[in-house]
Amino acid sequence: MPPVLETRDLAKSFGGVKAVDGVSFSAEAGRLVALIGPNGAGKTTCFNMLNGQLKPDRGEVLLAGKPITGLAPRKVWRLGVGRTFQITATFASMTVRENVQMALISHAGKSWRLFGRADQRRLEPANALLDQVGMTAQAERACGVLAYGDLKRVELAIALANAPKLLLMDEPTAGMAPQERIALMALTARIARQRGIAVLFTEHDMDVVFAHADSVLVLDRGRLIASGTSAEVRNDPQVRAVYLGSGATSGGH
Amino acid sequence: MLDLVLTQTLNGLASASSLFLVACGLSIIFGVTRIVNFAHGSLYMLGGYLAFTLVTWLGPADPLGFWGGVILAVLLTGLAGVLIEVLILRRIYQAPELFQLLATFGVVLMLQDIALATWGPEDKLGPRAPGFRSFVILFDNRFPSYELFLIAVGPVVLGLIWLLFHRTRWGVLIRAATQDREMVSALGVNQRLLFTSVFAFGAALAGLGGALQLPREAINLHMDLSMIAEVFVVVVVGGLGSVTGAYLAAVLIGVLHAFGILVLPKITLVLVFLVMAAVLIVRPHGLLGKAGVEPRGHAGQLFLLRPADGAAKVFGLVALGMLVLAPLVVPDHVILTLTDLVIFAVFAASLHLLMGPGGITSFGHAAYFGLGAYGAALAVKWLGSPMEEALMLAPLMAGIAGAIFGWFCVRLSGVYLAMLTLAFAQIAWATAFQWVDLTGGDNGILGVWPSVWAVPKTAFYYLALAIAVIVIVALRVIIFAPFGYALRAGRDSPLRAEAIGLDVGRLQWAAFTIAAVAAGIAGGLFAFSKGSVFPTYMAIPRSVDALLMVLLGGVQTVAGPVVGAFAYMGLNEQLMKLTAYWRFVLGLSIVLLVVLFPRGLVGTWLYWRARRESAAQATAAA
Amino acid sequence: MQIDRRSFVAGTLALGVPQLVRAQGAGPIRIGEVNSYTAQPAFLKPYRQAWELAQEQINAAGGVLGRKLETVFRDDAGKPEDAVRHAADLATAEKVDIIAGGFLSNVGLALADYANQNKRLYVASEPLADALVWSKGNRYTFRLRPSTYMQAAMLVEEAAKLPAKKWAIVAPNYEYGQSAVKWFKELLLKARPDVTFVAEQFPALGRIDAGATVQALEAAKPEAIFNVTFAVDLANFVRAGNTRGLFEGRQVVSMLTGEPEYLDTLGAETPEGWIITGYPHADLQTPEHVRFRDAYKAKYNDYPRLGSVVGYETVQAIAAALAKAGSTDNEKLVDAFEGLKFGSAFGPIEFRKIDHQSTLGAYVGKSALKNGKGVMVDWSYRDGGKYLPSDDEVRKLRPAV
Repeated sequence: MPPVLETRDLAKSFGGVKAVDGVSFSAEAGRLVALIGPNGAGKTTCFNMLNGQLKPDRGEVLLAGKPITGLAPRKVWRLGVGRTFQITATFASMTVRENVQMALISHAGKSWRLFGRADQRRLEPANALLDQVGMTAQAERACGVLAYGDLKRVELAIALANAPKLLLMDEPTAGMAPQERIALMALTARIARQRGIAVLFTEHDMDVVFAHADSVLVLDRGRLIASGTSAEVRNDPQVRAVYLGSGATSGGH
Repeated sequence: MLDLVLTQTLNGLASASSLFLVACGLSIIFGVTRIVNFAHGSLYMLGGYLAFTLVTWLGPADPLGFWGGVILAVLLTGLAGVLIEVLILRRIYQAPELFQLLATFGVVLMLQDIALATWGPEDKLGPRAPGFRSFVILFDNRFPSYELFLIAVGPVVLGLIWLLFHRTRWGVLIRAATQDREMVSALGVNQRLLFTSVFAFGAALAGLGGALQLPREAINLHMDLSMIAEVFVVVVVGGLGSVTGAYLAAVLIGVLHAFGILVLPKITLVLVFLVMAAVLIVRPHGLLGKAGVEPRGHAGQLFLLRPADGAAKVFGLVALGMLVLAPLVVPDHVILTLTDLVIFAVFAASLHLLMGPGGITSFGHAAYFGLGAYGAALAVKWLGSPMEEALMLAPLMAGIAGAIFGWFCVRLSGVYLAMLTLAFAQIAWATAFQWVDLTGGDNGILGVWPSVWAVPKTAFYYLALAIAVIVIVALRVIIFAPFGYALRAGRDSPLRAEAIGLDVGRLQWAAFTIAAVAAGIAGGLFAFSKGSVFPTYMAIPRSVDALLMVLLGGVQTVAGPVVGAFAYMGLNEQLMKLTAYWRFVLGLSIVLLVVLFPRGLVGTWLYWRARRESAAQATAAA
Repeated sequence: MQIDRRSFVAGTLALGVPQLVRAQGAGPIRIGEVNSYTAQPAFLKPYRQAWELAQEQINAAGGVLGRKLETVFRDDAGKPEDAVRHAADLATAEKVDIIAGGFLSNVGLALADYANQNKRLYVASEPLADALVWSKGNRYTFRLRPSTYMQAAMLVEEAAKLPAKKWAIVAPNYEYGQSAVKWFKELLLKARPDVTFVAEQFPALGRIDAGATVQALEAAKPEAIFNVTFAVDLANFVRAGNTRGLFEGRQVVSMLTGEPEYLDTLGAETPEGWIITGYPHADLQTPEHVRFRDAYKAKYNDYPRLGSVVGYETVQAIAAALAKAGSTDNEKLVDAFEGLKFGSAFGPIEFRKIDHQSTLGAYVGKSALKNGKGVMVDWSYRDGGKYLPSDDEVRKLRPAV
């Protein structure tokens, strides 16, 4: 069986700057893969190519063995890829539950219905998802007024609405308190294992990465410089040099 | 032949100059404050009138008197800009996007009557400029030396603005604010002072444009509106916030105009709008515009859209009941007014679908109202259709046009999109105006009277009311149905919407078509209520009416447009009867309403109620 | 109780009931006047002033049929749909006996259609559209001012005498401009088959790009020019044409330019020797005009414009028709208007039975500069009745009545 996600030689340049340059990796069902690297390493660009927001200059993206390179984000989503954003993107004029309902309605292919109240549709599954991410108590609140950490949970619920094979999470814990971070990633890991979802996430917080990632990919200046388990990556001298900032091989600051 | 080409190019460059002066002021104001200043044409007119008075007073023959008068007029116009900013706009920067537009439109109306009262109705042909009274011989033609002066003014002002923007701290701040408003406020700049000074500067440029017209064209009471439309075009074609773009666009339009006159004399009516449509279709952000200048999203201004609760339902039913019972108690003429109002409520509700849930501003919604009216009238005139059939064809025609125009429009966003809708509306208007054989031109189509059973005023009123209720309820159902939610999702966060499989472009396109169909129904009804159709049905003022109704009611509410339609059109009508200076009073009322109800009438009511409830909850919890 | 509920309901609807129902018969005779006051103030301010003057004079002399005249003025803001709304409102709410007014052609046509549909008399004061009495003419509509056709015909008479063979045309791009051009060409070609038209310019109304338009006309090297632009377009056209020498060595024939509303704006720029239609208010010394002018000056401390004459005579016509009909019944008034004769400031005129057009004429003369101001010289009155097509042609032009 092919891996849930596989990329082959992905590349993208912006005005001559190689943001991502020949990246290949894969992600397996039920496992969390962390994509790390210093600022400007190309993580977000890489993400945006995976879900179709950017077209790669070169290379291929395969979802369960089928090419999805260059498909529009909404088509990629239809094939079972959920996504959360570095800066949360939710519908501010809807309640928490309606946000999830919207995603469920879209997943059911009913978003063009001209009648029937939308907030009465897909109530059960929406409540179940909210329950899963611990947002039941806040289901009636407007997304526009939520705390940042809660928004991240809502995003996770939205991203799970299409029963995805693959979950892409760009900086899922940015802006959260350290304890919240651990809790959210623990929750994510639990859900991923339960449902057999492959999770690819970028993260700045190394504690989060090393605590939850089953494997780690390290990007630097658009290139994949290391991959392996947390322990392997942590001890990789190249990674230490460019990322963990020992300064030993780069000649000091 | 070459002589003619060269001379016409110079003519085009000369007209481009004043266009540029006014346009770059508007563009700078928009760049920094994000305000679409409808009153910019009025400031241009004010500059012209002030210059006329001051120059005449100081002595037009004396160079000092003339140029001194012009400079004074420019400064005074700048001062008028300060007054507008400090007295009105400053109070409503926090209001939802485009709400300021409503306020500036109020200023337009007030200034029209102020100018009429101050300077009287006659056109004022000003004195010629000392030193530029005569002509030079160029390419075997006489060419006015003042036009040469004007040709030079454009690039000189462009250069001065460049220096100002690159060599002074104030200018650098303006550029920074144009690129990222939040960043500037984060830098701790005195934003109030920056906004006021920018508004004054933009107003002064408009005043300069008007004052420099003095030796060239008669100053008149229609200068404001005829200028504002063209200037919007220039700003948008050039790219919002881009001064150089504004100059290029002004030159492009000025020169195309001069040549258009040679090739197709009648095209002058729409040429600028054709150019704008073409440019925007090819370049969605104008010639030199950047994507980032548009205000992004509506975050912070949105609140939950909830279906009507018990109290609101009762209120709505009581209002409807009163409308149903009205013919029993009120006299005939009130029935006529009510007929108009329910038709306008449909028109406003149709635009609201776009502006509210869709997040699409249309400056040209009258096109679909007008095409509906023409659809009905043409069916009566050419097919001999009875009213019932014509009322079916009205939305069909409007819907087809909406689908075609919308297809292009939804590729754009924000003000660019709004201006493309305006361009299409003007093209539709010009078609009705120019295609005399089919549409009767500006004399319109007469004899569009209802079927016999609907001739009595009460009968037609009930027909209009029934259709209005059906259409408004249908639009409401759509807003709360999955489609409405999906549309709103695309507005709230296009990124998220796409990421959950929603095709935002197609949803907006469909919304555009539905809104056009609904507006077409209103237009068809309007045609039969008036018995005739005219190009004015799709002219700019009608589009502005629709905008005002929606904004006044409150964009982010569902009942808003209906309330707005009754409030605005009702007010308009009553004032027109009460006073000859109804424009001033209406303008003042709009400004006051905007300042007092910065979320629109219904929006403010909902906001107050929500605050009271949360306060009550807080006390209960404590 | 009944009234209470009514006013309550109306009040709640924020509409109000402007006037209480008034007793018919004994009170004043009410005229509803609809015009584009805010859109066309230059013409309509003098118009309204003279209207009020005429009404005052008639009332001072005891009114008509023993009743005073009273007018309710309404502004249509230049929108025909608003004019129709006002007309309906005037008829139903204000209970006016007669509807009058209109400046723009489309407003006039809309009101005429309303009048026909509702069987109400409509006295069109100013709209120039030929259709108003011809192709769209109806039983209930009468027009006072000389139409586009009539004014074009008066100028063609003079134009035909000119040696020029190559003509250029400039006209505002809307119905009035197009009709004027159509008639001018048709009638001139009939009188002078040897002329040709070498250029036509149709600037948008109120938005002429004067320099480029003048250049385009100049490029065609015409021998004469027919101008239909007026108001601000005319001023800009004249200034650009003067500087660029467009009018030098060329004959110019120009519609309406001699009307003080437009001529006064030109001031020192007034081109000399243009053949124009208009109104030489200062030099017209017939007793009927002097009487009118003196009264106007006494009341407003200003000289009358052409709009004043039109406003004044519309009231006179209505008064004469009321006296002739002996009733405010609209059917009787319509019958009275047909063939109605009365004396105007320009001399005796008649509302023709055949097409409801009045025979009010216009003055044709030449433009000249006097003390830095534009005036009309060598003028003479052209009786409108002489510049209309033959009765047979009129019958063809006015098909359905």
